[in-house]
Amino acid sequence: MNILDILVVLLLIIGLFFFLGGAVGIIRMPDFYSRLHPAGKLDTLGIFAMVMGLAMYNLHHFSFEALLLSVKMFLIVFFVFLSSPTATHSIVDAGMRAGLRHWTKKERKG
Amino acid sequence: MTTFFLSVALGLCFLMLFALYRALFGPTVLDRLIGVNAIGSKTVVLLLLIGFLYERIDMFVDIALAYAFLNFVAVLAASRYFHKRKGLYEESFMD
Repeated sequence: MNILDILVVLLLIIGLFFFLGGAVGIIRMPDFYSRLHPAGKLDTLGIFAMVMGLAMYNLHHFSFEALLLSVKMFLIVFFVFLSSPTATHSIVDAGMRAGLRHWTKKERKG
Repeated sequence: MTTFFLSVALGLCFLMLFALYRALFGPTVLDRLIGVNAIGSKTVVLLLLIGFLYERIDMFVDIALAYAFLNFVAVLAASRYFHKRKGLYEESFMD
């Protein structure tokens, strides 16, 4: 258990924590628009932390192929950072154009 | 380290159940789309973990990249498809 393994474990647990926050937000939020807020942001950061941890673990036995695989994993993170906000904005745009009304708190009568 | 990767993969599968609940019982179609998108983004990490467990990471990293791309295209196409459906969602808000 050297310092690299401890860093990998820490990054994976941080990623799981962000994924847990995203899942709880998807379940508990009252509205479609507010559900997109945890789904769009926390999943992106969870993927960033977990894939960076796995790329760091891949460099355990250093070679040129391992470096190439780690660069490829970094490309996955880069692509998710581009595509996840685009997908989220596309879903919001579909909701707005279909006329989906947002959630408002009910007025208490009397 | 294999045991830790296996437990992280099981935790990811457990978190997928939350998003699967939203994909099954979501009140609108777009809620189901959110659930499917969340499951897909967890599956990318799960594929990398499976690659480390089978010690074939050189193959599984390409599969994970293709899966991320396919997930993005599927969500984009489905949200473009449900673009023009006015009045589809009125029955779902019972307030």
